[in-house]
Amino acid sequence: MKNIILTIICLLTLATARAQDYKTETGEVVFFSSAPVEDIKAENNAVTGLFNTETGSLAFLVPIKAFRFPKSLMQEHFNEKFMESEKYPEATFDGKLSGYSQSETGSQDAHAEGKLTIHGVTVDYGISGTLLIDDDQIKMEAVFPVKLEDHNIQIPSVLFYNIAEEVEVTANFVFEEIKK
Amino acid sequence: MTRKALLLFFLLSNFVLPAGAQENLLDQLKSESKADSDWKSPTSTFKAVRLINGHTVETRRKGNLEFLISHRFGRVNTGAYQFFGMDQANMRLGLDYSLEDWLTLGIGRNSFNKLYDGFVKIGIHRQGQSKTNLPISIIWVSNTSINTLRRPELPMNLERRLRYSHQMLLASKLNQLAAIQLMPTYVHQNLVSERSGENGLFALGAGASYRVTRSIHVTMEYYHRFTNENNGSTNPLSFGVDIETGGHVFQLHLTNSQQMTETGFLPSTTGDFFKGDIHFGFNITRNFQLTKPD
Repeated sequence: MKNIILTIICLLTLATARAQDYKTETGEVVFFSSAPVEDIKAENNAVTGLFNTETGSLAFLVPIKAFRFPKSLMQEHFNEKFMESEKYPEATFDGKLSGYSQSETGSQDAHAEGKLTIHGVTVDYGISGTLLIDDDQIKMEAVFPVKLEDHNIQIPSVLFYNIAEEVEVTANFVFEEIKK
Repeated sequence: MTRKALLLFFLLSNFVLPAGAQENLLDQLKSESKADSDWKSPTSTFKAVRLINGHTVETRRKGNLEFLISHRFGRVNTGAYQFFGMDQANMRLGLDYSLEDWLTLGIGRNSFNKLYDGFVKIGIHRQGQSKTNLPISIIWVSNTSINTLRRPELPMNLERRLRYSHQMLLASKLNQLAAIQLMPTYVHQNLVSERSGENGLFALGAGASYRVTRSIHVTMEYYHRFTNENNGSTNPLSFGVDIETGGHVFQLHLTNSQQMTETGFLPSTTGDFFKGDIHFGFNITRNFQLTKPD
């Protein structure tokens, strides 16, 4: 009897270990600001993320200094004036993904709910995107607007750059299964 | 007994480990994050490539061309007749081009003495960007200037027109607001005004910048010259305000010096700041990104 219980527990443990964690270290986040004078686009390919298929927990971390701009001076101003990246070196998301089926292999819609922290200000977001589950990869893509005001990001009054008060953020992650 | 231990182990691994991994995905990411939150490696030390008259450790990144327009007006104590110095303007037009992140070349033309200047600015170390985490940036600047003023009373060959300066700039960004800089400098003049005059001159400069708002900084710059000569020249002292507006930096200042190159303002400043021999001046920079950043 004891042996049976032990075996069941062992099997359960194995099953839990299979509840898979997926990870990315090269997630891409792009933001696009469209304004009359100038369109500004910046890319970041150093986003890290973790996703658990069992619970749907999703988290990602965006190192602010890793955004690349078409002009190096813009990058400096973005870090120093807007994001204050010395004080707030990263933007984070902590939430849950829902509305998807684990067995579906094609592209499907999914919805993420969670807390997005940018510039030290946390705001609840609901983000809709697409999800593609492969054998050992999970691809996620989402486009959503971020209002600078929501995160207390102020545009300095003497700055000549024209920056939209709402920027479009595109997130593109390819999660790989964490091999145990 | 061993079975119980085994059982306990599996139970523990079942509940404790996965629970920890699941609940704190973000904490897990944060603990692995490499983003630095302190002053190890600031994005910039000063707002502009010039402090006031001299250089800062700041250079633009590779492929950036910086156009500088600088003016120094006459002395404010010349009174209303000279419109407090505004009638006499001394101008420098300059171009700085960054071939690499660590290498900038520059040229300039000054109306004073019809002087041309050229310099090379070499980055040796950037604050926090080495294994030693040295909290200073080190830059070398070498400058040559050619005075092309016609002097009928003196046969001016090329050698007599040349002056050189070499500087080691040492700067540290102390925190989000303040940065300081030291500038040990050597200036060599091929031609000096008096027969007994020394050709070589050592000076130690000190500068600082303090952030008032996100776009406005106040600055100061002082050079102490180690010289025994008593030819009426003085130590350059300047106070300024930097206003940054994106692609431009506007630098407004008050200085006792009328020249804008190290080979000029170090040996040849004659104003006494505290007797009102003050020149109002400005530098305006415009940045152009010529090649895409890597």
